Amino acid sequence: MRMNIRSIPFARLLCSLALLLCLGSAHGGEQKNDQQRMRGLDEEVQEIKSDVLRIAEELRRLEEKLLYPSGTQLAIFVALVKGDQMRLDAVRLQIDGQLVAHYIYSSKELEALRKGGVQRIYVGNVATGDHQLEVLVDGKLEGGADFSRTEHFALRKEVKPKLVGLTLAGPTSGNAPIAIGEW
Amino acid sequence: MIRTLQQLLGLGLAVGLAARPVAGADLRDPYFGEALYHAYQGQYFDALERLDTELAQYRSLDEPELDTLHYHINGAEFSVGDFELDYRMHQRAGRAIKAVLEGAVDEAVRNEAAFRLARIQFQKDQLDDALHALARIEGTVPGEIRDDVEFLRANIYMATGRPGEAVAVLKPLQSDESLAGFAAYNLGIALLQDGHPQEAIEQLDKAGRLAADDRTSLAIRDKSNLVLGSMLFESGDFERAKQSLDRIRVEGPFSNQALLRAGWAEASAQQYDRALVPWNILVDREPTDVAVQEAMLAVPRAYASLNLNGRAAITYGRALELFNKQIERVDASIGSIREGQFLKALIREESRQDNDWVIRLRSLPEAPETYYLMELMASHDFQTALHNYLDLEDLKARLMAWKTSLDAFDDVIRLRGQNYEPLLPEVDAQFRELDSRMRLRLEQRKHLGERLQAMLTAPRPDYLATAEEQIAGDRIALIGKQLGDSDGPESLALRQRAARLSGALTWRLETEYHERLTAAHLHLNELNAQVDALTRQYDAFVRTRQAATHSYVGYDTQIEGLRERVGDALQRVDTVMARQGQMIETVAIDQLNARRERLAAQQTQARYGVADSYDRAARAEPGAGGR
Repeated sequence: MRMNIRSIPFARLLCSLALLLCLGSAHGGEQKNDQQRMRGLDEEVQEIKSDVLRIAEELRRLEEKLLYPSGTQLAIFVALVKGDQMRLDAVRLQIDGQLVAHYIYSSKELEALRKGGVQRIYVGNVATGDHQLEVLVDGKLEGGADFSRTEHFALRKEVKPKLVGLTLAGPTSGNAPIAIGEW
Repeated sequence: MIRTLQQLLGLGLAVGLAARPVAGADLRDPYFGEALYHAYQGQYFDALERLDTELAQYRSLDEPELDTLHYHINGAEFSVGDFELDYRMHQRAGRAIKAVLEGAVDEAVRNEAAFRLARIQFQKDQLDDALHALARIEGTVPGEIRDDVEFLRANIYMATGRPGEAVAVLKPLQSDESLAGFAAYNLGIALLQDGHPQEAIEQLDKAGRLAADDRTSLAIRDKSNLVLGSMLFESGDFERAKQSLDRIRVEGPFSNQALLRAGWAEASAQQYDRALVPWNILVDREPTDVAVQEAMLAVPRAYASLNLNGRAAITYGRALELFNKQIERVDASIGSIREGQFLKALIREESRQDNDWVIRLRSLPEAPETYYLMELMASHDFQTALHNYLDLEDLKARLMAWKTSLDAFDDVIRLRGQNYEPLLPEVDAQFRELDSRMRLRLEQRKHLGERLQAMLTAPRPDYLATAEEQIAGDRIALIGKQLGDSDGPESLALRQRAARLSGALTWRLETEYHERLTAAHLHLNELNAQVDALTRQYDAFVRTRQAATHSYVGYDTQIEGLRERVGDALQRVDTVMARQGQMIETVAIDQLNARRERLAAQQTQARYGVADSYDRAARAEPGAGGR
């Protein structure tokens, strides 16, 4: 996925327009002072962001250790097949007959998946050994027809964390509608 | 007008800088994919948090090449820079990319890193550093960024006042279709800055006629026409100026300015009736717009120039009414901002539903303070301040949630302790007993295994005697001992019988030895399977036992430390947020006051215009037949 450095958000153009049209004011000196104060504040905000990001990292590690220890951790990720045009509406997961996730996608989330993002739909704990995973996918095809598919998979949980990837595709893409893989 | 024209020229420097993260080919690291998932939704904090954690883990590995992130490491380092920029963390942005640049990477990757670093430095206004980074590009440049590199170079030349060099770089880029609008526009601006106005006009004329279908290209084409129209207007070529301004879309972002200037172009050529056409379109538009307000006065002036004094009086009256109303609105806005409503409107959830949330703020009900937001948003610094305010609000919400999470963690730990602590001593006692029994059995098994192994080379049939045979052997030996050495015939007969029994037993042990040894090996192997299962259970128990302790022991210091840091961060966020909010309000009020002054001046002009028009109409009436 190569970035497109030419795309300018429209709002940015509008803001640039506003910049162009900004009134010449008699408060040049004041404006400069305001500008300097704003930049000073901006630097402080950046420092706070860095600090909070560091806290978030540590908190995440603590959370994993405390709530999802590696011995029992099971994480399930959802991705879409590249270029697939199915409109994914919802994914439902059951582990050993228990509903563990039922996710309904917004257009923003769907777009992020289409661009190649991967969603961690579930993280939880299961005992080591064999388990059954049921995946139900609801969506709409390009023509507007409803699409629903359910698949069952056998999982074996070892001592280390298990990362399971579900790759979804519409039935017309030539790919399996729900493919499971291990990351 | 000259001032406006100079300001107009700035846009060419801003284009081409929107970066998108790089996933590379097939994704192998789900956490990198997860970071992208958040970034694609504009959730840069989450994206950075995921990716920072992943990169920190990757860097701490002894053999990072075995980690799944290794396949994407350059893309991940590039993406961190992009996310940091998108999250307005300019101070940090570029550090990860510098690391790639300094690392042992191949030429294409190094060149891409240099380009990305230059782009970040350009955005941070570190122009010399940006040029220095571009100078590090050598050898093979990936095809997909080749023109982008040159376009960036031209932008830097223009920003550093070297338009001549920018012209030389931009000319070959005119054939790149994806850059066409921007390269054409920027070339026109570079030519103008380099002192070639005529060539600049021709170039902007080309840029203003380029085919465009997406809104970004359409906007840059409009922009080219607006600048061209303004230049031609300045040079007195009103007809051509009008043609150029007419090419601007009536509903585009530049349309109000275009309509205003088109009117001025006609008016300057004394074509007042024709000037009224664009201006009359304009006066029906958003009344807070500067161009609309200017047109409100321009229209009656045009009528007056056409000696339509009655019309002039009426339209001056309308203008007066509008200015009165707008002054009231500005006053209401100032009052509302002072009451803190502006900041409240900013953090309203619905105001952030889409990318153009700043513009949408205008249409929020009960938010009069946002009427003049377009003008407030004019400054990049102000826009940054607004975004920072929202980011701080977001950080505050996160920190508050974490504070609650830490309390919940404490509860979880306490409850786990309460659950496990009474159970574990008994479990441990049972385990110790089982453990000693198991160790004994394992020792016995080991001993048996060694014995059987030794018997392969030194046969010991007696070792394979059954319990019955062992008892029988012992009894025969005892009988033999009891019989002693007596020579009596009975004793002799009994000794012979005992010897026969012993011989029969030995015969059996010797003849069945191989069979018995094989069976013993088979049984030992069967025992191995049992021992393996037992060992697995044993290990699982040990792990579970450890996990039980790990689930509630050893977190206190970490949680306390985190709680303190969260508390400190919350305090800092509150302080900076208050200052940021105050700054936004002050700047907004200053801007609105400036706008109010202008409206007041326009109001005076309109008031004078009404009176003057009535006078002129009255004077003209007897002789001119009511014109």
